[in-house]
Amino acid sequence: MNVAANPAPAVEEPIIKCVGLQKWYGAVHALKNVDFHAARGEVIGLVGDNGAGKSTLIKILSGVHTQDKGEIFIEGRSVSITGPEVAMGLGIETIYQYTAMVPEMSIAQNFFIGREPLKFGRPGFGIVDREKMAREAMEGLRGVGLHLRGADTPVKALSGGQRQGVAIARAMHFRSKVLILDEPTNHLSVKETNKVLDHVVELKGLGVTSIFISHNLHHIHPISDRIVAMARGEKIADLPASEISVDEMTRMIS
Amino acid sequence: MKPSVRNLMARPEMAALLIFFALLVVFSVLNDRFFTTGNMTVYLQPIPEIAIVAMGITILIIAGEFDLSVGSVFGLSPMVTVLLMQNGWPTAAAILVGLLIAALIGFGNGLITLKLKIPSFIATLGMLFMARSLAVVLAGGFPPIFPRELNVSWLVGRLDLGLVTPRVSLLYMIAIALVLGFVLRRMDFGHWIFATGGHPQAARDMGIKTKRVKMACFMLCAALAGFAGIIQSFRVKVIVPNLGTGLEMQAIAAAVIGGVALTGGVGSILGAVVGTLLIAMIENILILSGVNANWFMFAVGAMIVVAVVLNTQTRLKAEGMKG
Ligand SMILES: Nc1ncnc2c1ncn2[C@@H]1O[C@H](COP(=O)(O)OP(=O)(O)OP(=O)(O)O)[C@@H](O)[C@H]1O
Ligand SMILES: [Mg+2]
Repeated sequence: MNVAANPAPAVEEPIIKCVGLQKWYGAVHALKNVDFHAARGEVIGLVGDNGAGKSTLIKILSGVHTQDKGEIFIEGRSVSITGPEVAMGLGIETIYQYTAMVPEMSIAQNFFIGREPLKFGRPGFGIVDREKMAREAMEGLRGVGLHLRGADTPVKALSGGQRQGVAIARAMHFRSKVLILDEPTNHLSVKETNKVLDHVVELKGLGVTSIFISHNLHHIHPISDRIVAMARGEKIADLPASEISVDEMTRMIS
Repeated sequence: MKPSVRNLMARPEMAALLIFFALLVVFSVLNDRFFTTGNMTVYLQPIPEIAIVAMGITILIIAGEFDLSVGSVFGLSPMVTVLLMQNGWPTAAAILVGLLIAALIGFGNGLITLKLKIPSFIATLGMLFMARSLAVVLAGGFPPIFPRELNVSWLVGRLDLGLVTPRVSLLYMIAIALVLGFVLRRMDFGHWIFATGGHPQAARDMGIKTKRVKMACFMLCAALAGFAGIIQSFRVKVIVPNLGTGLEMQAIAAAVIGGVALTGGVGSILGAVVGTLLIAMIENILILSGVNANWFMFAVGAMIVVAVVLNTQTRLKAEGMKG
């Protein structure tokens, strides 16, 4: 996995750019004037101690929260991300640690939650195209090298790693430009973790930008082009991964 | 075991269906007056009214919320409708307003639960008292006289099926069940309901407006309860302010026996109907056999436990099997 050796070419507008982001939760100042950018196909390792503000930053990007101050640009265009559906519409997909899947529902249903392909009608009042859902879900899964029994298997029957695989396949299917992964490898076995890391590397080859949060710097370092470190709501470092070692990273954020 | 069989066994209403057919056979053998046309006609009579309430409750519980006020709405809606008819309103308009009042109560339940973040169990417990009180106040001490001359055959007339003659309302129930089943299983909004109750955070993070979904379910549940109340009052041609008292427990029992999970995200319309059929069947056989009617509650209670245990076991079995 020697990807960091050939960093993404620094071209054109950054696919995503944040300027002066601020966020308060009541009295807690969780983000203090944070600037952030990412280029097409770049893998960014976002690191920092507990409570540093990493999740807050990416929740703003994925539409779960909105910033109190600051501006976000997607491909140079100023956007206001007012909800998850807006973020997804802009090509920002998020993989959460808890895997945003409904256990009782099937793989195909989970693949298309909230974005069901319709045979008839309009979103919110439409008849779902179940054949298309099953077909495209299976195609999507094969695309990330997952070979599961069938699209109508309930997600509760899958392992944690398989669930993250489905989540990644889902993000890919919807042509994500930016993939955000917030501690996606927690609770996963070594083998499953490597699988998720491999996916990120593969996606980079397809021009997908990834923002990867993990407390395991050994996971982050080899696949990242750039390391962004946060502490107490501020960005404290932003530099190519080749210029910092895992040990230096550990010292910096602890 | 084939995957198709496993999927069938994992269906939420499976246990209720099994118990239903088993008891149907047992009761027919035990009592030769049970499976007769006369008794079946009597048996089917109140089914639509309870089943329609149970369907609404089922959908709401799938969405992850609860409604204890359905019995009171069941009484309030026909009270409003009959009062309006007494004041010269045309039947259709009076029924429409009755249903709107019900939906409004559902909206209130949703508002208290979703905006003020009170558990729906509590919010709708409050509404149970408020809606019932409204029905009593509206009745004004003297319950209005049901207009005897009113043509009610379109809603509760006899359906001559040769052997049995159920009420027309049975057709309404079947139509409602088909539509709701279709919405739940085949329409995107149905998927959103299951997602909202099955894992609220995942649903929200995937962009589903879970509060809107729940609000729609609150209103639907209340409107169905109101409609069921109108059916009953039209059938018995009486309106009293305590119509439907205690009905919430029967409807919830039917939903639970039918396989709905109180944790949300699991349940089916067919389950609500079968659960209702089961409860009514128990009541019917007890009356038919001359058993002390006070055993009814015991029997329903026992059946809730048996159905839920059976359900859990079949589902666990189905999950344990790899195909
Ligand atoms: N919903 C919330 N309400 C109130 N305070 C919050 C909320 N979410 C986060 N915070 C606070 O904001 C600060 C930043 O939290 P955040 O979750 O962004 O940290 P993090 O870097 O993701 O940490 P971790 O590595 O533990 O996940 C913390 O002090 C946290 O307690
Ligand atoms: Mg976090």
